[in-house]
This record gives sequence, structure tokens and C-alpha cells, in this order.
Amino acid sequence: MPKERRRLRRAVTGWAFAAPFTVLFVVFSALPVVAALAMSLTDLRSTDLRNPFAVDFVGLDNYTRLVGDELFVKAAGNTLIFVVVGVPLTMAVALASATGLNSGLLRFKALFRVGFYLPAVTSIVAIAVIWRFLLDPEAGLLNNLLGLVGVDGPNWLGDTSTALPSLIVMSAWRNFGFLMIVFLAGLQGIPVDLYEAATIDGAGRWQQFRGITLPLLRPTLLFGAVVTGIGYLQLFEEPFVMTRGGPLSSTLSVSYHIYNQFGFGNYGYAAAASYVLFVAIVGLSVLQFRLLGTRGDS
Amino acid sequence: MTRDRVARVALYAVLVLGLLVVVGPFLWMVLSSLKPEAEIRSVPPTWWPDTLTLGNYRDLFARLDFPRYFFNSALVAALVTAGNLLFCSALGYALAKLRFPGRRALFLVVLGMLMVPGMATFVPQFVLISNMGLANSYAGLVLPFLAGPFGVFLMRQFLLGIPDDLLEAARVDGAGEWRIFLRIVLPLCKPALATLAILTFLASWNNFLWPLVVATTEDKYTLPVALALYSVGQNQIYYGLLLAGAVVVVLPVLIVFLVLQRHFLRGIATTGLK
Repeated sequence: MPKERRRLRRAVTGWAFAAPFTVLFVVFSALPVVAALAMSLTDLRSTDLRNPFAVDFVGLDNYTRLVGDELFVKAAGNTLIFVVVGVPLTMAVALASATGLNSGLLRFKALFRVGFYLPAVTSIVAIAVIWRFLLDPEAGLLNNLLGLVGVDGPNWLGDTSTALPSLIVMSAWRNFGFLMIVFLAGLQGIPVDLYEAATIDGAGRWQQFRGITLPLLRPTLLFGAVVTGIGYLQLFEEPFVMTRGGPLSSTLSVSYHIYNQFGFGNYGYAAAASYVLFVAIVGLSVLQFRLLGTRGDS
Repeated sequence: MTRDRVARVALYAVLVLGLLVVVGPFLWMVLSSLKPEAEIRSVPPTWWPDTLTLGNYRDLFARLDFPRYFFNSALVAALVTAGNLLFCSALGYALAKLRFPGRRALFLVVLGMLMVPGMATFVPQFVLISNMGLANSYAGLVLPFLAGPFGVFLMRQFLLGIPDDLLEAARVDGAGEWRIFLRIVLPLCKPALATLAILTFLASWNNFLWPLVVATTEDKYTLPVALALYSVGQNQIYYGLLLAGAVVVVLPVLIVFLVLQRHFLRGIATTGLK
């Protein structure tokens, strides 16, 4: 059967191209996702690696322990605040700068675009080092600038009330440029005649922004919110470098807690915490598709 | 007219101020890294260094092992990039242009993995790498990143835009699939490959969690790991040294970004908005 043979040959060729990636991908990416779930149901510790028979199945114990773990609850709360405050702040700055750059009366647009995007390509660790210096209570640039206008700046990273807000502002600073580029692309997709028609009807700039820009940009905004939210849920480098999660755990994040538990050798427990984070991230993505889907139909 | 002009001046003022806030910290980092520690800590601070010195950099490269970390970062990023170019373009081609059973399912699984954060998988990955005897090795640093879902997505999207007729013509001429892939498909994919190479190299260069977990002795540290551990490991902070270290991490990236910015922006356009 020549037709059968041709089909077989096609399958072989296709999989020959797909195989190298697939093997690496399955072993090092896909299986670990399943393994993390399995591990989270055991009491695996670092000392058990050479002795797998010492590992016991403990059911959902790790998950119930998480709920009672004060540090985890604290970390979850901090992470939630970081996301709930950080995402809208980053979006607002990004949208404002995108609208500004798109308003058409501007030269040097490329310069602003590149400048604002700059922090997004650089290492978070390096940025955390720079900001730790900027926020230093004595030697830091910020408090010295505040001193010029007679304000006595606080110890930003050393005070429980200002440490997390400092990290939020810094993250908005680093990430708004990426969103701005995304929003700019969205803005350029809105037909100009809509604005022209609105102007003829006597609508002001603000009315046009609320009546045309915001509704038409909705999918882009939603995409931006989800991507930023997913990133912020994984907050790790900033507290690691700048505060070590302190003071008094006020900047401890879920990721940092997972890393610490891993460092203590509690692999099963760390895997359970990481699965909770994973589910939160998947939930956020599903929410995006839901929201986009329903709006797209109507 | 005059109202428009006022609006324009205000807009410029706000944007220039914004640019200063965004770019300023980088300039401040470079300037401060060229000052001796005492001057860095002087109140009020000096803008331009009173004593211009390369002492921090000398310490970084002579006393600490930064040449080593730089080499490690570059090696790991180069290997990861090479792997992704090869494996992602092959799979991207298969998904876009070849029909084979399981194609759709494979694509969906790869796409789904785009959502999975490194935080969710690093524990089992570490157990796996340890059991393979690859903890604290270059292979251990590189292997989990050789085949990333992002590259497949990027290459497939790009290849969907290449007309089938071109490939059919080659097939009619009797060229095999490998020949078509190497001689026709890859050359056509140059723009997408360039974008993928830059973004992958950058992601690897900045990657933190995995090298932090896998590299347990200093000779395997990458730059961000070394910088972060020096930053938290000291009892007294030496800002000069840390800022010089940050310059070494950031400067190559900034230069590449400024030279090749359109590739970055295209990467966002492809992945962000499809």
C-alpha cells in the first residue's frame, strides 16, 4: 500500500524533527511538573536522595501544614499585596506613558521608548543591588535628594512599613517599560477615524480616552495585567538581595519561602508550596482566557 | 494653538523627568562604581567623582573571581542559546509544515508549559540533576534550559508565514526533508532565529534561581549568583564593589540592547500580541 507507506514515512520524518526537543523537554520540563505534585505528597528530604525507601507517602499533610505555617501565611499575604498593589501601579504608569508617546505631537519618540524599556532587559539582581544603594538611609541618593528639600527620609528597607512598598515601586519602575511597548502596539491598532469622529461630536480628550481607548484596549490591558501578575507572583530576587525577606518577614515572599524550605532540605514541603504558587498562576491565566472569551463573543 | 503648545511642553517635561528617573539610577551606578568607598558614603554625595578610580574593578577582577563568573555566564548562555536555536527551529518546522500523528497534542503540551514558572519545577529538577550526578556542573546548569517552549512558539508562528509552495517545489525536485530544512527553511528563518538567539541569551544571562540552586561551589557561580551572594554575604556592605559588579552584569546587556533594540521589540510583538 503506497498510501500507507507514505503516511508512515511522514510520521517518521515529523517525529525525527520533533524528537530531540521532545525528549529534552519531557525529561527536564514536563516530568518535573508531574514529579512536583507527586513529591508534594511525600515527606521527601534532602537526606533521602540516596535512600529512596525512607520516603513515605503522607497524603495532603504538607498542604495542611502550609495552612498552619505562620511564615507561609505571612509570605502569601505579602505576595498578594505585592501583586494587588504592584500590578495596577505598573499598568497605570505604562498606560500613561504609552498614551503620552502615542499622542502624535512628539519627536524623539524612539529615544523615550528605548529609555523606558531599558530596565526590563537588565538582571533583577543587578537592579536590586543598585536600588539597595539608592535607598540606603545615609549614603543613598533618594534620602540625600529628600534632604535637599528638608525632608528626613526613612530607612526605606529597614522599616516594616516601608520595605514592601519600596519593592513595589522598584518593580513598577523596572517593568512598566515592557507593558508600555505592549500597550503602544495596542494603541496603534485603534483606527484614527474613531477619534476624528469623536472630536467632531465634541468629545474632549478625557472622554475619548474613556469612551474609545479604554474599551478597545481591553484585551491588551488584560493580557498586560495577567503577564505582570504572573511575574509578580514569583517575587524572589528583590527580597533575596535587598532585605533577606526582612525586616520581621515583612518582605518574605512565597517564592522566597519555597527557596528557604528547599535550603533546609524539606523537599516535599517545598514542592507543596511551589504547587500552590503554580495553581495560583494557572488560575490567573485561566481567568484571563475566560474574561477575554466572554467579551469577545458579545 | 497656544493650549496645544502648553500641553506639548507639559508632556515633554513629564516624559523627560520620567526618563531621568528610569535612566538616572544606571548613570548613578556607573559614576559611583568609579569612586572610592569613602567618597561613595560621603554626605552630601558628590555627583562627579572627586577621585576617579578603577580600584573597585581591580578588586573585582583580581581579589574576587569575577573573570571566572563572567566566563561561566557566557558559556552557559551560549550553550543554552545554541540548543534552543537547533531544537526549537526543528520542532517549530515540524509543527508548522509537517503532518504527523500527535502533532496537535505536542503543540498544546509545549504551549501549556509556557505558563509553568521555574519556581514550580526546580525542586524535582534539582533531585533529577543530583541523581544524574550533575549537581554543580556545567551540564547541570544547562540541560533544563536547552529546550524551551518559548522558542518553539516563536519559530512555529514565523514558519506558518512561509508559503508552502516554496517547500513543495523543493520536494518535487526530489529534495529530502533534512535538505529542505537546512538549505531553505533555516536561511528563511534568519530574522526569527536572530530574535530567538538574543532573547534566549539574555534570559540565560539574567537567570538566577536555577544557577543559585545548582552551583554550590564558587567556580560554578554565574554573575548574578556571585553578585547576589556577595551582596548578602558581607557583614559590612562595600557598595563600590557591588556597584562595579552590577556594571559588569548590566553593561554588556545594555550595549547589546541598544545596538539590536528592534529585535527585542519584535520579540515582544510576536509573543505578546501574536
